Order: sequence, then C-alpha cells, then structure tokens
Amino acid sequence: MSIFLDKNSLIIVQGMTGSEGMKHTKRMLAGGSNIVGGVNPRKAGESVDVDGTLLPVFGTVAEAMKATGANVSVIFVPPAFAKSAVMEAIDAEIGLAVVITEGIPVHDSASFWAYSNSKGKKTRIIGPNCPGIISPGKSNAGITPWNISGAGPIGLVSKSGTLTYQMMFELREIGISTAIGIGGDPIIGTTHIDALAAFEADPDTKAIVLIGEIGGDSEEKAAAYIKEHVSKPVVAYVAGFTAPEGKTMGHAGAIVSGSAGTAQAKKEAFEAVGVKVGKTPSETAALMRGVIASL
Amino acid sequence: MDLFEYQARDMFESYGVPVLQGLIADTPEQAAAAAAKIGGTVVVKAQVKAGGRGKAGGVKLAHTPEEAASAAEAILKLTIKGLPVNRVMVAQGAAIDKEYYFSVLLDRSNRTFLSLCSVEGGMEIEQLAEERPEALAKIAVDAITGIDLAKATEIAIAGGFDAEIAAKVAPVFVKLYEVFVKEDATLVEVNPLILSKSGEIIALDGKVTLDDNAEFRHERESMERDQLDPLEAKAKESELNYVKLDGEVGIIGNGAGLVMSTLDVVAYAGERHGGVKPANFLDIGGGASAEVMAAGLDVILGDPQVKSVFVNVFGGITACDAVANGIVGALAKLGSSATKPLVVRLDGNNVVEGRKILADANHPLVTVVDTMDEAADKAAELANK
Repeated sequence: MSIFLDKNSLIIVQGMTGSEGMKHTKRMLAGGSNIVGGVNPRKAGESVDVDGTLLPVFGTVAEAMKATGANVSVIFVPPAFAKSAVMEAIDAEIGLAVVITEGIPVHDSASFWAYSNSKGKKTRIIGPNCPGIISPGKSNAGITPWNISGAGPIGLVSKSGTLTYQMMFELREIGISTAIGIGGDPIIGTTHIDALAAFEADPDTKAIVLIGEIGGDSEEKAAAYIKEHVSKPVVAYVAGFTAPEGKTMGHAGAIVSGSAGTAQAKKEAFEAVGVKVGKTPSETAALMRGVIASL
Repeated sequence: MDLFEYQARDMFESYGVPVLQGLIADTPEQAAAAAAKIGGTVVVKAQVKAGGRGKAGGVKLAHTPEEAASAAEAILKLTIKGLPVNRVMVAQGAAIDKEYYFSVLLDRSNRTFLSLCSVEGGMEIEQLAEERPEALAKIAVDAITGIDLAKATEIAIAGGFDAEIAAKVAPVFVKLYEVFVKEDATLVEVNPLILSKSGEIIALDGKVTLDDNAEFRHERESMERDQLDPLEAKAKESELNYVKLDGEVGIIGNGAGLVMSTLDVVAYAGERHGGVKPANFLDIGGGASAEVMAAGLDVILGDPQVKSVFVNVFGGITACDAVANGIVGALAKLGSSATKPLVVRLDGNNVVEGRKILADANHPLVTVVDTMDEAADKAAELANK
C-alpha cells in the first residue's frame, strides 16, 4: 500500500503540451507512471508522441476521464490559468488533482479551495507550488525524481520540494512508502494533518518523517493531531530558524510575521508532544534510522 | 508588497471608499502648497511603512501653510523604526466623533478570508485583541460569496455597531472588500474608520498588502516601491530569488526549503567558528546553468561582508554534472573578480560525474565536501579566518 497514489493510478496531465508539462510527462513515464493522456482544449483530438508513447490530448478533464478512466490529474498550467484548470478538475470529480504550478495568486487558490468545499470535496487537491506525490515503485504524480529512493516503510510529508528529495536521499537505504510535497503557498489543499491521517491508516507505512518550515500554523496543528491520533513514530524537521521577521524566504508562505510562524515555536510544539526534531536534515535522517532500527 | 498610506488612500478613493483629501509632498514648499490647496487645518503625516508614527513625531497638525511647511521640514528629517522619511502626506483635518476598526485579510489557518471589526477603533488592533478580545469580531468570509451588503451588516453588528451606524458602515465594508478582491490584496485594513462630527463615515488611515504573485494581472509600474538594498536590486535584475542578511557566509542553493535549511546549518556551524552567520538567502531554482550560477556568484561576491561562499545543491531535476559545469563556467566567467573561497556540496543525480568535473577543474578557490553538515562547517571555518 501507499497513500493517495498507487500502481492503479491512471494519470492525465493538464498542460501536458507546454514545455514544463512535456518535460515532466517524459520523466513520469520514464519512472513507470501510468500516464494515459493530456488535456489542452486547443489541441483536443490530437495525439502526442512522448518518447515513443502515443498520448491522446483531450479537450476537458471530464472527456479524458471518460475515455481513459483517469483518476489523477497533474496540473502544470501557468499561474494565470491555473484556477480554472483546478476548478475543471473539481467539476469532473477526479479523485486527485496535483497542482505543481508555482506563483498562483492566493485569491485564486482561496477561490478553488472554497469551490472544492462547496462541491463536497470529492477531489483531493495537493499543492499548489509543490513537487507532487510519489509512491516509489508504483507511481509518481509530479516532478519528484523517481530514482532517488525505492519503496520502504517510511512515509514522508514536506512543505518543501528539495528537502523532500534530500530526505528521500538520506533514507534511501530504508525506502519510502509515499513521499508527498504539500507545497509552500499560504493556501494549500492537502495539509500535514491529511498526510499524517493517511499514513497512520496505511499498513505499509511504519514511521513518518514530517518536514515543515516557517510561516503559518500547519506544524503546530500537526503536533496537536499527532498527540491525539497518530500511534506510529514521527520524526520532524523544521527549516528557517535563522529567517528574519518580515522577509519572504522563497516560498510565498514562508514568512515570519511578528511572533507567528517561527521555526522555534514549531519545534517546541513538536517536542511538547514527544516528537523528536532533528537540528539538520542529516540529524533528522539519523533519528529516523534509529526509529526504524528499534521497530 | 505593503503600500504606503497615501497609496492605500488613493486606491480607496478610486473604489468610492470615502476618504479625506490628501496630497503628497517631498519638500516643505510642496507641503505648504498642498496645505493651501486643501485649506483649513491639515495633518502632515510621515509616509513610512511602520506603526507608531504619531509617537515618533511623524504626525503633526498644521493650521496654516507655513505651519505645514515647518511640520514637513521636521518630519522629513526623521527616521522611524530605521526607515528614513522621504515623503509626507498632507491630509485634510477631520472633526472626529467616533473611531472604528475594520479589516479583511487572508486567513491561512482556515484557508479562507477573515474580517475583523470593532466599534472600538483607533488603538493598535493587537492591543485591542489582547485587552478586550470580546470587542473584536472575527467573521469568516467565503472566498466565493464574499462580502455583500447582508454580510457587511452581519460583520458590523458583530463588531458592536448599533443598527443605525451599521447601515452607514456596511456599504463602506462592501467597497473595501471590492478593493481586497480586485486589487489581489492579502490585507485591507482601516484604522481608524471614523464617524465625523457631521455624521459621515470616513476611512482616515489605511493599510493594504498586495499579493506579489498577482502582479502579472495589474498595471502598477508607476507605483512607488520600497528602495531595495543594492544587492537585492541587482539580484532582481537577474531574476534571482535573493534576500540580503547580515552575515559572512554567502549561500547559494536550489529550492527554497533546502536554502532555508542551509542558512540554519551554517548558523549552527558558525557557533563553532567565531559566531559567523549566513550572509544571504539565494535560491537558484531548478535550472542551475552556468549563467544562473555566475549571476548568483556575482551578486554574492559583490557583498563586501562575505568571506566565504557555500554552494549547496541537491541534484533532483538538475543533474550534479550540470551544476558542476555551471560552477566551473561561472568561475571562468568571473575570472579575477572571484576572490573568495567556495565550498561546494553536491548530492543526488549524477553526483559522481559532478564531483569529478570539480576535481578535474581543480580551481584553487573551490573545496568539495561530501555532506551538507561538513560543508557548512568548512564554509564557517573559512569565513572566520
């Protein structure tokens, strides 16, 4: 097992024919993901040869689902059009929409999130501004390099893409059940808590690494959730101890305002519920190796 | 991006939010002319993006154009919370009967919008929230349905307004929400919103924060911006994601999270090496070409405080050999202007090839270290020499 994504996932790519979409469609295919088509209303009815695989292009997500049985969409549509792309995926009631696009205006994210709620949340949204989700050896929906780590017992959830890669790399000897990058924007669909709940229920996940960063209160909420609902061991890492107040650190959501969102507060929240927090990514990985050894 | 008060005022006016006359002035003479144009008593207000302007002497009443000139002269010499005052706004004086508070903002935690409202305005809202939380209404606002007149009235009543005043402020709340949505703001705050002695509702002071991600759909080229640090300005020209900090170890990495983490690891290493700290945040993103690497190194080496540079790259999408070629190419491009030691840590995709390229180049300034922790230690050590 794994969470949200497995070998039965049939993936379509919204924005497949764009340069980023095409580059990563190739990579996903090379890693064994089951990509069944793309969506682009201007190229509907065409087929695209992606490194020897002929992929049909559909006019809408609904048409693509009907023709292919797709249950996952990966979205590479540029910021100006991302909101309508996500809403289209919600309207089609696809099970999972992974929004890779960086730089979406937060009013647009707030709108599609509100829209998703008004439609009964039938579509799980991951992102925006995220690397996506990978269940090594099964499927990869997003831009995570498929060859960093093989399958194993560790569930990984992170706000940051490169820290996800770094941690998968550090733990590659043990392996990953699913690694999910939830994204660095102020409003995101799937949260740390959603991933924790799914990992707790996943029999193949034996332990969880949670990576957070400054800004917002997702980590504090995750800590409270762990205390009440998570029985599996969790090790955490938080980036941004040295970030000054009021400066955005790369991610639109990574900003300390006043006393809110500091790395120190997040670390303390985790430690208060018995979650060990690594000082560096390597120390965090070492803590996790210790956890796995003691299972 | 935070707006100056005068920018918020002008924005409010363009949406029909009631405001008083306000003119900007960069000199005492301009302030006098503005006061003469407005007529009567005016308020001269420092235009800086900081609270507590009144206490710092940045807000003065003037009854004549001459008084406005001398008020402006005094205020333009001030530095408030480290920010020099380069501009004042000369605003029409108001006869205040009551002061209220209203804001609408992004509520990250609940993934929606939030309106804060109180019939008790004027003081700092943090203070009100702490001292009399029951006086501050917090009403969730749905991003799709927004604030219409009915919702605005609900907010006003929750904020403690009586029905008569609620009917007066509610249409103003609707207009302020329009500003919030149409301008892609993450915060629109009016404090104080006043009831004048003649019975009018007026937005007397406003604060607006705009979403940088939405700049592509707004025409704001002519808008006054904060003066950037010269290195930040240079980085922006090369479209680099750079934040200047106050330390000695220059940092280049790929991915916001990894770079933030690198700053932390360097700061910890600095504790063992004379307290050196990271000099900057610089995320070169996914594609670490020679051009991007050279532009990044150029910015960092231009920082006189920098003593050493730590290049920390995890090859995910980018392969390490491409990054290594980028570093070698960048150093060749920079030639003799590259003078500070570089510690490079590469891991991930094609790491063996990448390390070999750096070893073969054998550049005297470059040290290759295997792990992030060891590399941070080396960079801190070199910065402390």
